[in-house]
Amino acid sequence: MLTKRIIPCLDIKEGRTVKGVNFVGLRDAGDPVALAAQYAAQGADELVFLDITATVEERKTLVELVKKIAAEINIPFTVGGGIQSIADVSSLLNAGADKISINSAAVKNPELINTLASEFGSQCVVVAIDTRFVKGKHIVHVRGGRTPTALRTICWALEVQKRGAGEILLTSMDHDGTKAGFANALTAQISEKLSIPVIASGGAGNMEHFLHTFQAGKADAALAASIFHFGEIKIPELKHYLKTQNIPVRIEP
Amino acid sequence: MRVVIIKYNAGNVQSVTYALNRLGVVPLISNEPEVIKSADYVIFPGVGEASTAMRYLKERNLDRLIKDLKQPVFGVCLGLQLMCNHSEENNTNCLGIFDVAVKRFPKDLKVPQMGWNTIEERSSPLFDGLPPEAYVYYVHSFYAEISTSTIAQTNYILPFSAALQKDNFYALQAHPEKSGKVGEHILKNFLNIKN
Repeated sequence: MLTKRIIPCLDIKEGRTVKGVNFVGLRDAGDPVALAAQYAAQGADELVFLDITATVEERKTLVELVKKIAAEINIPFTVGGGIQSIADVSSLLNAGADKISINSAAVKNPELINTLASEFGSQCVVVAIDTRFVKGKHIVHVRGGRTPTALRTICWALEVQKRGAGEILLTSMDHDGTKAGFANALTAQISEKLSIPVIASGGAGNMEHFLHTFQAGKADAALAASIFHFGEIKIPELKHYLKTQNIPVRIEP
Repeated sequence: MRVVIIKYNAGNVQSVTYALNRLGVVPLISNEPEVIKSADYVIFPGVGEASTAMRYLKERNLDRLIKDLKQPVFGVCLGLQLMCNHSEENNTNCLGIFDVAVKRFPKDLKVPQMGWNTIEERSSPLFDGLPPEAYVYYVHSFYAEISTSTIAQTNYILPFSAALQKDNFYALQAHPEKSGKVGEHILKNFLNIKN
């Protein structure tokens, strides 16, 4: 049976992991490769690396980092953050990334999704959608969730699927950082309407939240950052818990 | 041991190379007939679209070459599908090594199948030493039907060929290069098949 995926997300700046990372036994918590290897060994199903730097110089650092990650890590990983062009995508995929994720650039130029899907295949095109509830409506936001657009979240999700996205990474800005649970109603609505997988993101605070997003939220995968980085939830425990709740998960032998 | 990865216009050559490196194997990546023919083991990877990949292979006469190989050959993902008779993906005639049709998943569940699924009904040295519950990573919208060449099955919407084998030709629908320890184990088993 196809299992539900657990995906830790690592924020990268200038080739280093940012946000406080508190891993027992990890000498250099700022080294994304070491951290990624640890997550892979713990049974993470995929990894997402989000580059929060922007300059061209630092982009080159990212490509070098992606090569190191690809050489080391034996599970799939996605790279996102500031990707604008075919050239950006091509260099990251050639460096060994399995998927790339685009966000603001897709909103600005939706045709980019079609181009990337036909050039590299839908399977590697993840469209990240940052959503916020504004005046009774779910609205797509860009620039790290700060700037609202005119797009309704569900309409945009349907459009990106039609344009060839292979997967949606749905982050609720209302839930992100609250540790009060994922945006399950919206996630379920989108997941049921779409035929491509949906990754729920934003709001994970405890193990029950993951259970709920797989059950009520109908998510195909769940992504979280700080609760994993700070060791508040350990992936092996989370997976065992989900298994006892009859959620299909992969337990690494 | 000479391991050659067939170079063509399909992704994941780099990922397969990295995975072999992690096993201490340094493969050659080549589309030159003499290099491929002289290998002890040949890996035929693939991520992409069937008709484009077949056109590339035919233009370089690699289609004939692959069919005539006598050493162990391992097709991965699209590689497996191209080794079958025919694919519904853009109505493509494939290599015909396995007498199997490749079909598109019905849309009863999400397509592509993306993620980790179990590999069952295993009957090949390719899977020696794997635990009873072994997961591999899939990303695919098309599948090979169950046939007499099926050596493992996975269930998604319906049971399909997770792996195929005929003579010296082996193939896996999942991505061993991205399937953690289980994937590494399968790659290692392939490289242990008697030449």
